[in-house]
Amino acid sequence: MQSSDVALDTMPRLLARNVAEFGDSPAYREKDLGIWQTWTWKEASSEVMNLAKGLIDLGIKEGDHVAVIGRNRPYLYWSLLAIQHIGAVPVPLYQDAVAEEMEYILTHCNATFAIVGDQEQVDKIYEISGSLKGFKDIVYVDPKGLRKYDKTKLHDLDSVIKRGENDGGQLTSQLESRITKINGDTTCVLCYTSGTTGKSKGVVQTHKSIIGASMAAVEFDQFNNRDSILSYLPMAWVGDFMISVGLGMAAGGCINCPEGPDTMQPDLREIGPSFFFGPPPLWERLKTSVYIRIEDASPIKKAAFHYFMDTASKVGKDIMEKKPVRIWDRLKYSLGNLIIFGPLKNMLGMSNVRIAYTAGEAISSELFDFYRSLGINLKQLYGQTEASVFLTMQGNDEVYSDTVGKPLKGVELKIADSGEVLYKAPGTFKEYYKNPKATTETKDKDGWVATGDAGYMDDETGQLRIIDRAKDVGKLKSGALFAPKYVENKLKFFPNILEAVLFGDGKENCVAFLNIDLTAVGNWAERNNISYASYQELAANGEVGKILKEHVEAVNMDLAKDSMMSGCQIRRFLVLHKELDPDDGEITRTRKVKRSFVAEKYSDLVSALYSDKTSIATKTEVTYEDGRKGYLEATLGIVDATLYELQQQSENAA
Amino acid sequence: MVNEQKKVMMEVKNINLRFGGVIAIQDVSFDIQEGEIRAIIGPNGAGKSSMLNVINGFYHPQEGEIWFRGEKRPSMEPYEVAKTGIARTFQNIALFKGMTTIENVMTGRQLQMNKNFFWQLFRYGPAIEEEVEHRRRCEEIIDFLEINHIRKSPVGSLPYGLQKRVELARALAMEPELLLLDEPMAGMNVEEKQDMSRFIIDVNEEFGTTIALIEHDMAVVMDLADRVVVLDYGKMLADGTPKEVQSNQAVIDAYLGVAH
Repeated sequence: MQSSDVALDTMPRLLARNVAEFGDSPAYREKDLGIWQTWTWKEASSEVMNLAKGLIDLGIKEGDHVAVIGRNRPYLYWSLLAIQHIGAVPVPLYQDAVAEEMEYILTHCNATFAIVGDQEQVDKIYEISGSLKGFKDIVYVDPKGLRKYDKTKLHDLDSVIKRGENDGGQLTSQLESRITKINGDTTCVLCYTSGTTGKSKGVVQTHKSIIGASMAAVEFDQFNNRDSILSYLPMAWVGDFMISVGLGMAAGGCINCPEGPDTMQPDLREIGPSFFFGPPPLWERLKTSVYIRIEDASPIKKAAFHYFMDTASKVGKDIMEKKPVRIWDRLKYSLGNLIIFGPLKNMLGMSNVRIAYTAGEAISSELFDFYRSLGINLKQLYGQTEASVFLTMQGNDEVYSDTVGKPLKGVELKIADSGEVLYKAPGTFKEYYKNPKATTETKDKDGWVATGDAGYMDDETGQLRIIDRAKDVGKLKSGALFAPKYVENKLKFFPNILEAVLFGDGKENCVAFLNIDLTAVGNWAERNNISYASYQELAANGEVGKILKEHVEAVNMDLAKDSMMSGCQIRRFLVLHKELDPDDGEITRTRKVKRSFVAEKYSDLVSALYSDKTSIATKTEVTYEDGRKGYLEATLGIVDATLYELQQQSENAA
Repeated sequence: MVNEQKKVMMEVKNINLRFGGVIAIQDVSFDIQEGEIRAIIGPNGAGKSSMLNVINGFYHPQEGEIWFRGEKRPSMEPYEVAKTGIARTFQNIALFKGMTTIENVMTGRQLQMNKNFFWQLFRYGPAIEEEVEHRRRCEEIIDFLEINHIRKSPVGSLPYGLQKRVELARALAMEPELLLLDEPMAGMNVEEKQDMSRFIIDVNEEFGTTIALIEHDMAVVMDLADRVVVLDYGKMLADGTPKEVQSNQAVIDAYLGVAH
């Protein structure tokens, strides 16, 4: 909307514009003591300015790295802005990271201050404070439990804002001179990647790149100041930064923060945002919960649901995409909308959703169609931390489940000979912090950045299609292609399977670890009178193994139809006795499997899968929420699955 | 082992409680100081819950005296005790299962809602004002105990650990001076216990509430309590700091078991 205005290349300028143009429209909302509180752009800006002045008074210098840790709250988003206003660099951290993960990042970026949500984060920083050089003070938002702490190096956020408010003018002039020094090339944020391979890297982003990418996305989807967003994804994740700060600031829309860590669902219903971003597992979970509830509904409701869902799946998508539909079907769909889809969307909190996105992982076409047929405009985008997220997005009428969209304005894509996707984009990062070697490896002299993903441009749709992480793509002994994520995604499309890890690089055939989805399988167990006391017990159940075997064989059969992928069929698999957990370092906080780590940790299980044993006893170390360790012992059964000949169909199905 | 600086809030002296021929509590005396976390521990059947029931007026001991705030307390019924600022939770959760969390917590304000019956009946005027004020207090407690996501869920459908927390919230809604917790962590896993311990410490520190709790898990008691009373077969075995109690031979025998 405002992208023609060249001057808008820093966050302070963007905030000033929002105050001038949308001053009285809502900018931030948070539910407090059960009631939604609203701040307009004017109010929010004055909080940001006072906080910025208070932070100068605390002694934060230009260029300092300031950690921001906590759940999504307006005060923490203002902290990000306030830190940017005084020329310092915010470093958002995952709130559920254990102390040693924090230690790595805080020492790596030499953080001098931290603004945190609550006592839990204060405790974690204190735990590692011995190894933090040059670290000074902590500012906290929620005083609960901190009453007895020594307050010399610990400040209440309210008191810091008060310092700024009560300033005689000296801090104001300091703030003003700092703001004038900020330009498009000033560092805007230091985001750490989730680190699927090895330690995470700090990605340095400038104001220009963040705003450039945000503006391109705003223009693409016509975001404006009437849009509202629910901010519930971890603040440390670049996606949340780009949506809640980038898009929010660029469009002037309203950011809504849930009341607590577990209230996202009811808050979503109350707010009814117009834009919603969810990773694939969330969409999966929502659909599963709908179907579980329908199973328990009365026969009439059940019949009505299935009848109208049939209509929706036939014509719903076409109606949304404004394609011609027979009048009779259109009437049926309207009736369905009145009695089924409307209330269902309301229950999901999606009544007002104009645009919804998913990204990060593949999503099954079935799941995709479910939402689109209900009239929820779910689309896909592709991006990464190094590009300020937005690279490609799908337009409202060109949505496919297996592509990720067309390049945005200003984005150039090219496919390397190795199959890796390269890009040039307005949001391209400046460098990896303190890691010039990695920077030159990723970004070449001409500015082309390697994504690390293998993909190609789909001729039919003109959109980008991603196959797998370039690094993970390998070869089987026979020379056939080994693309683990492709197969894992096919497995994960079954609601019963939460996570899958495929092995087979350099081997004769493929084997897999599976994690069951406790909600889906637990519900099945309940309906079939199978009792279980724990995840482990349910996972080890023989009936569960049989169901999973059916799923694996269905995937094998599907793979057999694809000449390129038929070698990736799964010969043997086992169901893991524990869920893969970020606390144990098995998956990242954004739920991506750390493949090599898992292979090493469970090397005994992998070798058992490649032997002819039918069961294996194992002992695994587990980490509790607070960092304490324990052990889990189990004997796992190994299941053989049927393999299918290429192109030969369903003849020898089990 | 009386700390000179601290004021004694409650003192129980030579309590004897019998049910027919069964002697539940035999000559037990101890005190609870203002602002402390006092634990009562002991093996099954030691008389711990009976002791709490004596304090909150549910049982009336045959012999012995209870002194509260420097005055000898006459024999009281539980609702009268509650009015003096003593709240409790139960070992077997005693919530209104069909009501929501917020409704359950609001019942904790019952004793303090004193607008005229007619206003209440029509839920109008002063009755609404009063309700808003109490609702605010309850919401603060809900926020404090981090149960806002279940504010409107019927408590009967909640997992056990959360029900325990709702019960604590209801007791806190009374704004008690002395809070009695009967096995607040029974049946919880390690992480739930940790959360609950955190909340108990927070309540003690933030609201300054004096807490007397019964607990089985020794590790929890050692971390949590300022002072510990040990009961066994209705008799008092020891009284002191967690460290003192832990090294007491009689306590070790009672827990590990010796021939009686």
